[in-house]
Amino acid sequence: MSSGVSELQALADSVVGLAKSGEQIEAYVSRGGETSVRVYEGEVEHFVSAQSEGIGIRIIKDGRTGFAYAGTLEADAVAEVLAEARDNIQFGTLDEWAGLAEPDGVAQIPQKFWDEDLANYPTDQKISITKELEKLTLAADARVRAEQSNYEDGWGETAVSTTTGIRESGRGNSCYVSVATLADDGDEAQTGFGFSVGDSPKEFDLNKAAREAADRATRLLGATKPASKKVTIVLDPYVTSQFISILSSALNGESLAKGRSLFADRLNQQVADARFTLVDDPTNKLAYTATDIDGEGLAARRNVLIENGVLKKFVHSSYSARRMNTQSTGNAVRGGFAGSPGVGCLAMQVRPGNKTQAELIAAIDDGVLIQDVSGMHSGVNTISGDFSTGASGIVIKNGTLGAPIREFTIASTLQKMLLNIVDLGNDIDWLPMRSVGLSLVISDIMMSGS
Amino acid sequence: MAETQKTEPLVAPDVLERVLAKGRSTGAEFAEVYIEDKRSTSAGLDDGKVEQVTSGRDRGAGIRVVAGETTGFAHTSDLSERGLLAAAEAAAMAAKQGGGGVNKVQLGSMLRHSVNNIKISPDGVEKSRKVELLKRADAAARAVNSAIVQVSAGYGDSLRRILIANSNGVLSADDQVRTLLRVSVVATGDGGMQTGYDSLGHTIGFEMFDENDVEELAIRAAKQAVTKLSARPAPSGSMPVVIKRGSGGVLFHEACGHGLEADLVGKSASVYRGKMGELVASPLVTLIDDGTMTAEWGAIGIDDEGHPSQRNTLIKDGVLTDYMWDYLRARKEGRAQSGNGRRQSYQHLPMVRMTNTFVLNGKEDPDDIVRDTKHGVYIAKLGGGQVDTASGDFVFGMTEAYLIENGEITEPLREGNLIGNGPEVLKDIDLLGNDFAMGNPGMCGKDGQGVPVGDGQPTLRVKSLTIGGTAA
Repeated sequence: MSSGVSELQALADSVVGLAKSGEQIEAYVSRGGETSVRVYEGEVEHFVSAQSEGIGIRIIKDGRTGFAYAGTLEADAVAEVLAEARDNIQFGTLDEWAGLAEPDGVAQIPQKFWDEDLANYPTDQKISITKELEKLTLAADARVRAEQSNYEDGWGETAVSTTTGIRESGRGNSCYVSVATLADDGDEAQTGFGFSVGDSPKEFDLNKAAREAADRATRLLGATKPASKKVTIVLDPYVTSQFISILSSALNGESLAKGRSLFADRLNQQVADARFTLVDDPTNKLAYTATDIDGEGLAARRNVLIENGVLKKFVHSSYSARRMNTQSTGNAVRGGFAGSPGVGCLAMQVRPGNKTQAELIAAIDDGVLIQDVSGMHSGVNTISGDFSTGASGIVIKNGTLGAPIREFTIASTLQKMLLNIVDLGNDIDWLPMRSVGLSLVISDIMMSGS
Repeated sequence: MAETQKTEPLVAPDVLERVLAKGRSTGAEFAEVYIEDKRSTSAGLDDGKVEQVTSGRDRGAGIRVVAGETTGFAHTSDLSERGLLAAAEAAAMAAKQGGGGVNKVQLGSMLRHSVNNIKISPDGVEKSRKVELLKRADAAARAVNSAIVQVSAGYGDSLRRILIANSNGVLSADDQVRTLLRVSVVATGDGGMQTGYDSLGHTIGFEMFDENDVEELAIRAAKQAVTKLSARPAPSGSMPVVIKRGSGGVLFHEACGHGLEADLVGKSASVYRGKMGELVASPLVTLIDDGTMTAEWGAIGIDDEGHPSQRNTLIKDGVLTDYMWDYLRARKEGRAQSGNGRRQSYQHLPMVRMTNTFVLNGKEDPDDIVRDTKHGVYIAKLGGGQVDTASGDFVFGMTEAYLIENGEITEPLREGNLIGNGPEVLKDIDLLGNDFAMGNPGMCGKDGQGVPVGDGQPTLRVKSLTIGGTAA
């Protein structure tokens, strides 16, 4: 344990030590920093170097919960947060299931989240690789401009202590580079992006990021709006990742308990094509969102959610588990010190198929390769299941790729899409998102255009 | 209460002068200190229970130093002179290695541009009264129909005090109070579950609830969910779309608002680049961005660079008249700022953002607009949206919509996105009503930062938009 982390744990312990009779207290303390470099036309546009810290305190007494936070660890502020959280208890409604997590004996699977190379990476090199990425992107295609080339890194230390015996801490750091592109053709401009992640900058693949950013922007030049019709779609791994991520709320045990899951009453029933198996596994170190503990301090664990198309499990925090008379699956999630834990999937993974994307495409007579979607937040309702997003991609005709198309939508319902999965690719991509990516083929999708 | 809070600056002017001088110590031509002290209260009700009341405190400083084309930025939650000087040094180092020189900074007198007169500051209101609003919303929504199976309601208020000083002598402060209530409802029927949502948000204090009825809001959300139980799949393909007043401002936010932000235009990442003085929309359209619009959700006294908010005409009778500007982009063009430099918090750099963006009234009777439409879609409530400013392609969701058949609003439709191209859609607006209204409070996301924005428009018709439904 680093000295910074033990300092945070000591602070969390000290707050928990102030619990009065009948109170459960959880103190979540964190501290972190970031560096952000942005390059434009060969010059550093901005260089951000910043640190932040904060504490969130949750108190439960007689079935009522109060919470408060502050973005500082100064002693007077911490005392104020404790007092505010205590004051807020009286306004909560009595909830017989309210309570903190208790140690459940599930062992953590140790993982490495701290990279010493990254921690020691010199500032001038952060700037030089950002410039290098811009240069490589411009070299990739004459029609391409770079709107911004970025380097970002961050580190964080957290500690959580509770009166129920949870006492966990850890630290981690991460980094990535990204580039946003524009491609021009006469009056028309299209956009693209590319990125690379790694435990340290040594693992970046700048060439791949530059090439993808150039490809994404240029491949849509000259794209037209298609006519409306029913089609089979192939989702690019990046799009599949977004599609899988939205299933998290339907598999959420708290949504289930509150009657908001479209999978209610479907446990052990066929909800997807038999080819589809979905696992939440934050213990897999290949996952970008891998973690050893959840938002309540319980060990993160592997949970099979949908197996061969059959719904096997919902994910739970200790709260939703108590409500549903089951055990926490280690799926409490929290967005830092300013929030109390909710429930969600941590690192979603899909069992791959055995074909390449090209082989999947070769099997389709009339379809579209979907390379990008927009409006996932505005056109997808995870409660009703209605699914409608803007899209762009490439026409598939008799097993081969044709002309680019844009300004159309794809629509169905989540329920139907899962059952209409036709095939899956073997092209697993560990994207920097909550879900893994791979090529996914779905039939009977309404494409809406002119 | 609000008056007493205004008397003492968050940091003394002489400290700010020393911090700014430190910011320029490596030879940079511009330094800025942004101080923020924000207190917030939120309460959530779900499943019939007030789950939690949360109190939050965010306090800190962001220091920006500009040398040539490079901006250095550092932030700290330590508001002592020592903490501020350390952050200023970090920002100065970030902006420029080497250089050097001694720079004295002298601030002007403090300008206060309070966005409005808060009648009832939320921090003086008992939390029990805030929680009571949620219980009233819950009861009202559930009473609408037995099909209502779930209600979630949220209350939030914030008092955000900001102080901005820069090496050009600017010294400005603003106290921004915002109050919000939202209600989400789930109804269930034979065809599964449907949802309803409504919200109310203003840049005022607790008096918002004297002027607006919580029950009415909850009933609207509940009715929306119940109506959708009998909704049929939305059509697919292109057709005329009528958008109800006060529900479709997000269309302009996405179709052209973002594309008129000078940072995107400056990098030629906007489809509206080089179009100044040209006809970019139907001559019916006059588009305004107005941060001074008292009490609206996107209202501000000063922007987050200390510049007073103002009313800017972006499109006049269809002709592009101006973009929106922040300090850096305006400096580069040698022109004035427009009060659009905004940031999420002291931890963020400012950039060009909208405030309240809206289209002025036309002449048509809104009923005539529907009557004039033989076959199309009527949208009573829009959801969020997203735009690719370079191509101009944008989507926005419809959360409450109906078919128009033979000039009459008929059956409800299920949810979906609509897609269009900004410049084409603006030119396709062929009817504009005389019934202007502002819409729901929105949070606009750009480059990872969220800021509160408002939008509004009269009832209008777009000749052709693509509806992303499933029906043939």
